[in-house]
Amino acid sequence: MTDLLEHTAAELLELLNSGQVRAVELVQACLDQIARWDGLVGAFLQVGAEAALAQAAQIDRRRQVGEPVGPLAGLPVAIKDNLCTLNVPTTCASRMLADFRPPYDATVVQRLKQADAILLGRTNMDEFAMGGSTETSAFQKTRNPWDFERIPGGSSGGSAACVAARMTPLSVGTDTGGSIRQPAALCGVVGLKPTYGRVSRYGLVAFASSLDQIGPLARTVEDAALLLEVLAGHDPKDSTSVPRPVPPYSKTVGEKLQGLRIGVVPEHYTEGLDEEVAQAVQEAVRVYRSLGATIREVHLPHSKYAVAAYYIIAPSEASSNLARYDGVHFGYRTPEQAMRAQLEAEEALLRRTGNQTALEELDTPLVRMFRQTRSEGFGAEVKRRIMLGTYALSAGYYEAYYLKALKVRRLIRQDFDQAFQEVDVILGPVTPSPAFRLGEKIDDPLAMYLFDLYTVVTNLAGICGVSIPCGFSRLGLPIGLHLQAPAFEEDRLLRAAAMFQQATDWRRRPPLEKLVARRP
Amino acid sequence: MSDTGLAYEIWIGLEVHVQLLTESKLFCGCSTRFGAPPNTQTCPVCIGMPGVLPVMNRRAVELALRAALALNCQIARLTKWDRKQYYYPDLPKGYQISQYDLPIGLDGHLEIEDPKGRFPRKQIRIQRVHLEEDAGKSMHDEKAGLADSRIDLNRAGTPLLEIVSRPDIRSPEEAKAYLEELKLLMWYLGVSDCNMQEGSLRVDANVNIQISTPDGPVATPIVEVKNMNSFRAVERAMAYEVQRQYEEYLRTGRKKGDPGVHKTTWLWDDGAEITRPMRSKEESSDYRYFPDPDLAPVVFTEEEIESARQALGELPASLRRRLQTDWGLPAYDAEVLVGQGQPFVDYFLQTAQSCGDPKLASNWMQQDVLRLLNERGITIQQYPVSAEELARLLSKVRQGGLTTSRAREVLARMVADGCSMEAAIQALGITEVDESELLALCEQLVRENPKTVAEVRQGKLKAIGALVGQAKKKNPNVDPARVQQSCLKLIQESGQ
Repeated sequence: MTDLLEHTAAELLELLNSGQVRAVELVQACLDQIARWDGLVGAFLQVGAEAALAQAAQIDRRRQVGEPVGPLAGLPVAIKDNLCTLNVPTTCASRMLADFRPPYDATVVQRLKQADAILLGRTNMDEFAMGGSTETSAFQKTRNPWDFERIPGGSSGGSAACVAARMTPLSVGTDTGGSIRQPAALCGVVGLKPTYGRVSRYGLVAFASSLDQIGPLARTVEDAALLLEVLAGHDPKDSTSVPRPVPPYSKTVGEKLQGLRIGVVPEHYTEGLDEEVAQAVQEAVRVYRSLGATIREVHLPHSKYAVAAYYIIAPSEASSNLARYDGVHFGYRTPEQAMRAQLEAEEALLRRTGNQTALEELDTPLVRMFRQTRSEGFGAEVKRRIMLGTYALSAGYYEAYYLKALKVRRLIRQDFDQAFQEVDVILGPVTPSPAFRLGEKIDDPLAMYLFDLYTVVTNLAGICGVSIPCGFSRLGLPIGLHLQAPAFEEDRLLRAAAMFQQATDWRRRPPLEKLVARRP
Repeated sequence: MSDTGLAYEIWIGLEVHVQLLTESKLFCGCSTRFGAPPNTQTCPVCIGMPGVLPVMNRRAVELALRAALALNCQIARLTKWDRKQYYYPDLPKGYQISQYDLPIGLDGHLEIEDPKGRFPRKQIRIQRVHLEEDAGKSMHDEKAGLADSRIDLNRAGTPLLEIVSRPDIRSPEEAKAYLEELKLLMWYLGVSDCNMQEGSLRVDANVNIQISTPDGPVATPIVEVKNMNSFRAVERAMAYEVQRQYEEYLRTGRKKGDPGVHKTTWLWDDGAEITRPMRSKEESSDYRYFPDPDLAPVVFTEEEIESARQALGELPASLRRRLQTDWGLPAYDAEVLVGQGQPFVDYFLQTAQSCGDPKLASNWMQQDVLRLLNERGITIQQYPVSAEELARLLSKVRQGGLTTSRAREVLARMVADGCSMEAAIQALGITEVDESELLALCEQLVRENPKTVAEVRQGKLKAIGALVGQAKKKNPNVDPARVQQSCLKLIQESGQ
């Protein structure tokens, strides 16, 4: 059955439509692959085997009797665990939401259901999408299918790893500062962050509302186009989604762009960039040139402030978005009896010692409940960002941090506007290096944040970007190529990416069996 | 101004929240109806579930614009929504969506006057008018810790308009007049029903006094007074608080701006008729306002603002003036009529126009019509007699065809039977009594009541009332005044 799993989503769709493959077979093959490998990879937090098989059987029946089916009928799709799904645990890989079952579907989930996609399971991620290695998940580590000692990237690490490991042809991730493109690059798959406003955020558990976007991960550009076409579109429930028609991405993706003008950014090639990555990207430039594209230098002078601005804006919004997790209405609440007992003990002690000041400052039970719930429910990285954001929005600091960051954001956007006067897409690296080792940067937040330097600009500028495989390091780790296009030019972005994909052969299968053999 | 010597001036600013008359909440489709069982008018959006997004209720923005225009505010060409962040169990998102630095309306005013003349007509400046969402309602026992707190989120996300005045209010009476005028204005605009019992109007007051001391003027620390549940309560709370601040100043000499002196919050205790300081620690709260990234700013064009201004209609102050200048009504009448709402005034105008006597129409409407509306709890639109019918009745009274008391009976009949004036008159058996008939009746009475006649002759003019009473018994249609007149004349003539 592994052959079946080598097919792209587009090929599988043909096989399903022509009756050569039944959805049940396909889903079973995915489930088998998950059963075989996910114990090691850890991409999934939860797999809905029964429901997926039942849904597949139903789609097979409908196809058999000639009933109309949706555009993704029978294709398994894995969902990042921060997208609300009716009655299905949506945990954001956080203790805080370990038992949260939303009473509603996110718009993208609804669209996938309407398209008859099969919701295969929930993928692991950094807690509340905060992180770049999936290591901040409160529940499990996810390993890179190319090297089990390395991170899959993040925050959509599970969504990238499961596609790379052939557990599903398609998955959905979210990207706030690179969280789709970065893991796609590190796992050797395609990941696209759409323009802000292209895909409805309704039902995406918010991290940073002005930056969050939902997008597809797949093994080919065509497949990403296929999935994006279903995800995209205006939604009256999201005021920031834009009422523009969705072009037929999957129809046009194969059409070559004539006279393509590609921008390269000298600022990208700083000393922080790994040589192998730099070489792979230079090689990609040569490929495009050979395809008839013209290459031009463009400058993004304010990009050097992007990480700083990003790590003000995103935590500021996060500090507000995560305020609702206070133990009152939903999610985790600290065990109350223990909390009260502790508080009473503290009070008794202070009374005995006669410490009046401390006694007056002692938490009320309510405040203690808030405090303790959040201390216990959130992990370290989430707390760090809440504190950063709270600080940045505080009276007296707001102008110096938040407002200043917004100004930088405007300048970055202007840089791109100017650059896109001269070029159609901008090309560069996705990450400064291939996947790093598990644990390597987890205690060094700054190093972790700097890993985002090529991707956060896309979110700050609100434009679209895609990561596609463009080579391997000497250690056999995938390297990603980053293409960015102006707002709502996903069609152009996909076509430019597809041109590269057709001319190269970087879509490879991770050596899962070898990795196991190599393990001590 | 005070019994102990020092003169002072009162400074009151009011923060009023009114609930907008929208069918649905500010950011979702849930109903805003009052009185439903707890937590039955909620959805993932208004309870702030993870993943939800707000969508602005356009009607709420329109109503807020209307109110801001009617309060003579500068309208923001671009207005946006900000998150006000604090933790409280009845605030499910951990922030309230409100407006911070670009409210819909800025720098307006509301004119108030007192028909009783206790203060001259004046303008109270409005600092700002902004739109925000309401929180839920806590019913709790948090401090005692004996029972669980309970939260009702039916109200969460209900659209509120916050109207903040400058501290231009100089007396408790002005405070009450301001609130009454504001309520009337919101009602005329269709912006809010301002029902305090149902929480659709809430008032907080900032109050202090400026005392003239021998060393120059001194301001007392500003106190925010909350928990005032009626306009009367506001008036009384202000009177109490002003006196309390004055006495506290005399006792302590503490003034605004002294080191360690901050604004404090006090609660009005309506039963005890005193204000009490709130127990909570006086922390200066930092709400960490920032623009809500989930909502796009709203841009108003000149045309939109102008067309909203055109659509305001005639507002109470102008209507009152028109009733006085064009229709010659006293200020008191204008106040009462306008206070009943636009349809009531329309009815009055039609009646006055048709019967040609505005004051008569005003009297009848204030007494007979209004009494029935109140008795039955109905509106003027449901009143069974049309303005045209009432005007015909009043015309008949003016021409002397009906006495006031008989006309009342006729109107009562018209209301009861829903019939025309003529039908009512017929049903009551009212006919006009001609002069000879009246004279014959009076002659008979004078003849048959020598004792009464003698009394009248002796100067006891009141005794004539007995004759009038008998006349009405014999013929209910006679005009008592004419009977009296005629009888007197007969007695005088017969005595000569």
